Amino acid sequence: MTITEKPQQQYKVIGTRPIRHDGLEKVTGRAVYGADVKFPGLLWGAVLRSPHAHARIKKLDVSKAAKMPGVFAVMTGADLVDLESKLVDMGEEIDNLAYTTKKLMADDKVVYKGHPVAAVAAVDLNTAQEALKLIAVAYEPLPVVLTVEEAMAPGAPLVLDDLVGEHLTGEARNTNIAKHTRYEFGDTAKGFARAAVTVERTFKLTMVHQGYIEPQNATAQWNQDGKLTVWTSTQGAFNVRDAVASILKMPESNIRVIPLEIGGGFGGKIPIYLEPVAAVLARKAGRPVKLVMDRKSVFEATGPTPGGTIRVKVGADSAGNITAAEADLRYEAGAYPGSPVGAGAQCIFAPYRLPNSRIDAYDVVVNKPKTAAYRAPGATQAAFAMESVVDEVAERLGIDPLEFRLRNASREGDRRADGPIFPRIGNVQVLQAAKRSAQWNAPLGAPSAPHKKRGRGVANGFWFNGGMKSSCNLAVNKDGTVAMVEGSVDIGGTRASIAMQAAEVLGIPAEDVHPTVGDTDTVGQTDVTGGSRTTFATGYAAYLAATNVVKQMMGRAAKLWEIDESGIEFKDGTFFSKSDPELRLTFKQVAEKLDETGGPLSATGTVNMRGAGGAFSTQIADVEVDTETGKVDVLRWTVVQDVGKAIHPAYVEGQMQGGAAQGIGWALNEEYFWDDKGNMHNSSFLDYRMPTALDLPKIETVLVEVPNPNHPYGVRGVGEAPIVAPVAAIANALRDALGTRFTETPMKPSRVLAAIKGGTLDGAATAASSNGASRRGRR
Amino acid sequence: MTTQPKKARVSTTVNGQPVDVLVAPYQSLLEMLREVLGLTGTKEGCNDGNCGACTVSLDGRIVDSCLVLGAEADGKRVDTIEGMARPEGLHPLQQAFLEEAALQCGICTPGFLVAARALLEREPHPSEERIRLWLAGNLCRCTGYDKIVGAVRKAAALDGAGNGRAAG
Repeated sequence: MTITEKPQQQYKVIGTRPIRHDGLEKVTGRAVYGADVKFPGLLWGAVLRSPHAHARIKKLDVSKAAKMPGVFAVMTGADLVDLESKLVDMGEEIDNLAYTTKKLMADDKVVYKGHPVAAVAAVDLNTAQEALKLIAVAYEPLPVVLTVEEAMAPGAPLVLDDLVGEHLTGEARNTNIAKHTRYEFGDTAKGFARAAVTVERTFKLTMVHQGYIEPQNATAQWNQDGKLTVWTSTQGAFNVRDAVASILKMPESNIRVIPLEIGGGFGGKIPIYLEPVAAVLARKAGRPVKLVMDRKSVFEATGPTPGGTIRVKVGADSAGNITAAEADLRYEAGAYPGSPVGAGAQCIFAPYRLPNSRIDAYDVVVNKPKTAAYRAPGATQAAFAMESVVDEVAERLGIDPLEFRLRNASREGDRRADGPIFPRIGNVQVLQAAKRSAQWNAPLGAPSAPHKKRGRGVANGFWFNGGMKSSCNLAVNKDGTVAMVEGSVDIGGTRASIAMQAAEVLGIPAEDVHPTVGDTDTVGQTDVTGGSRTTFATGYAAYLAATNVVKQMMGRAAKLWEIDESGIEFKDGTFFSKSDPELRLTFKQVAEKLDETGGPLSATGTVNMRGAGGAFSTQIADVEVDTETGKVDVLRWTVVQDVGKAIHPAYVEGQMQGGAAQGIGWALNEEYFWDDKGNMHNSSFLDYRMPTALDLPKIETVLVEVPNPNHPYGVRGVGEAPIVAPVAAIANALRDALGTRFTETPMKPSRVLAAIKGGTLDGAATAASSNGASRRGRR
Repeated sequence: MTTQPKKARVSTTVNGQPVDVLVAPYQSLLEMLREVLGLTGTKEGCNDGNCGACTVSLDGRIVDSCLVLGAEADGKRVDTIEGMARPEGLHPLQQAFLEEAALQCGICTPGFLVAARALLEREPHPSEERIRLWLAGNLCRCTGYDKIVGAVRKAAALDGAGNGRAAG
């Protein structure tokens, strides 16, 4: 279902559902992903990883491995130059190169389990893995810190001896708090004094993983002229190139990064893990080297999204207006600074108009893998806390939860709690559409068995969306088709959504634009496929390139007709003379005459975009709880989202459904299960339980189109916003079903069952279910 | 190399073509397909039988090829994604996946297609519940499964209406 805000321009290509250009290769198995590349003489690499979450390396001897037959190269942290602190913008995250180098391979200390300590390249994978067993490492285990509470406690063991924290009071040493940020607006004390109802709760989350099906991989080859080629599965080829150049201390133009098809990323394939390792091994071996991670390493040593602790306090007056809100977010960064707590802090209050607010955000290092971006990084955790508390405030005031959200909804011109003024946003429209949605107006229905209970929950979520740099080249073929090279890796149908925007401008069918994803030597700088920016920004670059093509084609038509260019118009794919109705040529007809009118015709579009336009996604969850087992079934689900303008609605729906599915997994099953030594005990897809087709219902979608004024077609990012609300929506549905407010993830059967029996997983009695609030009436 | 155990000769049929290959005793069917035969359409997601990306058909039964030794394919028939389309056109499931936008990143797609084909061979008109149960051995992290289930239903309906070729 699509709700368009006002009568919009009629489009020929935009809003249709053509078959994606790269689809055929992907349904026939011909598409080449990172692990599929193969060259003559290719060696396989393997990485030795730390069995300890925190330990000093007392001895590291690789000599036996190096002598093993079939082994061509061995490397350790000593092969990577120590870099000065240097912040590099990786797109959706900022990395410190000094720490990135240490993350790639430990120096004298390992700081998380799975931390690489050495790597080998050998004639095949089996030999490489055998060689790892010959590497002798002596570790001196150190005390571990695994939670933000442990890490922030006075006298806590230090994860990083050299960390200089940025605190409110200035630089701090001997700390695990990498950064403390505060946003203050108005006077919260006065605001809370005016409140009729105040709710304050603390929420705990555990790490979860993006769960992309394709493990990380990288293949590197050196030429005799000192140039390096890297084939990899990444969300951003240029970011990989620039980071590898810095780490290997070589000019970035001497590196060509060729992005292969990518088997999912969700933010997790923005950072680099293997590329410099493959490059060093390949240089030492004098042969190309390929590295592919195994699933256990993906879990243990690539970036999940943080767990942590979030306290939220919200007060509202008796009329249902929020008077003040406070949040304190403490996120696990993993072993190096850089959790998405900043984004969490900026998103947490975004759906609300707040007269008084205060937000504290702590980025805390712990002995766990360095976190990475995961779809609206940091926002889902924040929304779990905020949307749960908001629900409780509404409940206590006896106001319908959607009505309460509408009453307090942020609008264009409102100031977000961290400062920026909202441009045109669709928050109110989305909440209204949710109120009108089929699910919200349908009865919940009776439970399917006497021991089951049903509940409905709703939650709202915000994500900024990104802009950044993109490039696109177009070349007109003489048959009227257009070859496109664009710089954005296609992770979910963006070749189509970018090509469609060019096709719309050119007045030709989507199928007549032939898109290719470029590498770093074939297209201009393009930032990561992340931040929900690709259809927006790279689409804009394609629009500009196509507009330029039209202008040049007009010149060609002018030559053919021997009239002035100013006398020509272009509409619906046809050039025509303003004065002589006889003079009409289609795009294709002008293309056929290219040779006679000046030869090849191509154009480039480049952008450095701002004004991506934030998106709101409200979601409705109907659940049924088995009170004997604690298992929660999702019966029905609706995602209502402001999508700006859906270029290819099927893939927009797909983003909304996929985001909701990940959020549902996060809410109900997914977690890093740790022991007290920092070992993850569920590092396989068997034990890290992601939703299957059987776990999910049909996910309904309502596309609300509030056009983004900063894009010619009104595009907003759509990929990330849908993961923000689901965890809170399920928590609110469980509150409705059981009368219990859950404040920890995941809401797995054991936790739900413990709550039903009146306790918690730790055995403590819960006060959450006995706040005496009147339950709102069932529809 | 000295660490390499002696390879075994495996005589098998892959996508209808007889092939003889040399396979190390520790190599999985997945490795045999990808590394020895160059059939990289079958994907590795976990290498422990939990994601289904490496699903192939072995004598008509779907298996996670990472859990089967290459040597076990001796004398058997292996069908992979590469054999699904015919020169004259795509399999109805492949066509339905394209039309229904049932893939995003595409890494799980070959496994889903091979698994779904096996379902439709057995049950030409499965219910939605049945499709979801059958495909529960294949993980997709992008789509939320909705459009995959829709594509399988569409392919099944096409078959029933006589518009598509018989599945398989």
